[in-house]
Amino acid sequence: MSAVTATTAMSTPNRDIDTRGNRRAKRRKRLSFIADHSVGIAVAIMFLAPFVFIVLQSFMTSEQALTGDLWPQTWHPSNYVDVFTKAPMLLYLRNTLLYATLATVFMLLSSIPAAYALSRLQWKGRNAAFLVVLMMMMLPPQVTQVPIYVMWTRLHLTGTLWPMILPNLLGDAFSIFLLRQFFLTIPQEYADAARVDGCSEWRVMTKVILPMAKPGIAATAMFMFFFCWNDFYGPTLYTSENPDSWTISLGLASFRNLYQVQWNLTMAATILAMLPVLIVFFLAQKVFVEGITLTGVKG
Amino acid sequence: MTIAIDARSAGQPSPALRAKRRRQRLTVLAFLTPWLLGVAIFFIYPLIDTVYLSFTRYDLLSPPKWIGLTNYRFMFTKDPQVVQAAYNTLWLVVILVTARVLFGLAVATLVTRLKSGLGLFRTVFYLPALVPPVAGVLAFVFLFNPATGPVNQILGALGLPQPLWFNDPSLSKPSLVMLGLWGVGDLMIIFLASLLDVPKEQYEAAALDGVNPWQRFRYVTLPNISPVLMFAAITGVIAALQYFTEAVVAASVASGQATTGGGNAALLGYPEGSTLTYAQWLYVMGFKNYYLGYASALAVVMFAVSLGVTLILLRRARSLVYGAEGTR
Repeated sequence: MSAVTATTAMSTPNRDIDTRGNRRAKRRKRLSFIADHSVGIAVAIMFLAPFVFIVLQSFMTSEQALTGDLWPQTWHPSNYVDVFTKAPMLLYLRNTLLYATLATVFMLLSSIPAAYALSRLQWKGRNAAFLVVLMMMMLPPQVTQVPIYVMWTRLHLTGTLWPMILPNLLGDAFSIFLLRQFFLTIPQEYADAARVDGCSEWRVMTKVILPMAKPGIAATAMFMFFFCWNDFYGPTLYTSENPDSWTISLGLASFRNLYQVQWNLTMAATILAMLPVLIVFFLAQKVFVEGITLTGVKG
Repeated sequence: MTIAIDARSAGQPSPALRAKRRRQRLTVLAFLTPWLLGVAIFFIYPLIDTVYLSFTRYDLLSPPKWIGLTNYRFMFTKDPQVVQAAYNTLWLVVILVTARVLFGLAVATLVTRLKSGLGLFRTVFYLPALVPPVAGVLAFVFLFNPATGPVNQILGALGLPQPLWFNDPSLSKPSLVMLGLWGVGDLMIIFLASLLDVPKEQYEAAALDGVNPWQRFRYVTLPNISPVLMFAAITGVIAALQYFTEAVVAASVASGQATTGGGNAALLGYPEGSTLTYAQWLYVMGFKNYYLGYASALAVVMFAVSLGVTLILLRRARSLVYGAEGTR
């Protein structure tokens, strides 16, 4: 862009034409600047409008929720309390936290060493093993679901959250992939220096690589936690017959129909389900964006 | 301590070196053991067993009974709902993935052209992608509900027609696409990073050649970002093949019946089967009706399709495996 203006400026000997051209170029630039931003603002409004409408709805009375009004006549924050009396939200929350926390801790315990071996140790078959990680990552869960479901039935664990928690003790493909990508960004020299100093490989990992990979580990843990928080397929498959084990996703999906409530309460419950994710995002935005970028940048 | 060992091994290489190699192999094995068990228990064994079960009749109560190709024959000739489910899923693979990639690229391009406030706009566009899928569907079914939804209220105020959206068989899938476009932020972030990585010199050289914006996009931007676009398209297709949550919850909430994933057969894919997906049909046949043999046959076909798509990705895995070393 600047190169273009520079060449035009150089190739016009007449000073008068030059300034007129310059002024025109400047005005065009300013107009396009405004145009670009107005498009940006318009698109931003489109992205934000759903949030605005559901927040407004969540503060309406149940009578007004039947009308199709967009703005609450009177503000009813008590809807957010009623959500908890209508449905066992605290039970759902407890179940969800149990699932997400244990799954994340187990995933870290098993996947960090695997990712380390796949990125920082030299051994024959490493690339083949990484291809297996990629294949497992791309495999839709439905493909292997029948035998795995039968297995959990034999162990009498269907109806609980354990079929979704326990497999993480044996590694999670997506997390291994993501951790490997993070570990690869750490220069090999640090690990080599520690090895020369006589550190065992376990100590090299825990004392040298892991402290340097903290942002990557945080991002991977956060993705896992949110995956569990959002998961609907797993809880539906294993716990839909047993409401005592329901997670937020499951409770929210049947909230409106099961408890015969209006949209105002449904939207209050919806916002309560989004809120933790949005808050964590704002607290850890940098880690997050870095993580997402790494999931896609592999050209 | 180890320095001393190293000094000794330099003197007598052969046995010490062999011991060292063995120790290294054991270290690798120790790091990998949990994952290797995971590969065996949750990948290789169930994959083989699924293929076996697809040739059987199995309901969890009595042992699997070999019935040859009966499941496949039923699937390809006698199951009208699998045709509908496969059609809906294919529709989503084509339309949803294309729309999301194009829209994600458009939004990312828009962000790169903003001279200020890049961080703020990026956050705003990314925010909906964070919304839990169930919450997002509920929000959209409310926003687009025909009677009191804000969308139809606004359309009505403008004197425009007020469609039935999630309650209209011909609009239910497009409504799900709109939900997918709202959550395009994850793709936008990936595309944005890739767009910002395009070397400035290439744009300057193109500008010197006096190219128009389309040529600039076609010959400078596109070649640089095509690997990332490709990756997004393939992972998008894999995700669309297993499309489940949004379709199930939208059908359940819009129909006004609590179904938790397809208990009520009459409401499957409400309205009129238009949101019944392949993954949902597999779930209903296998885990609601306990036709586990038939569900396995459905799974084998799903595996074949997803493997084909994955192989396209693995063809490029060479650069992924070796190229990543150079990634900073």
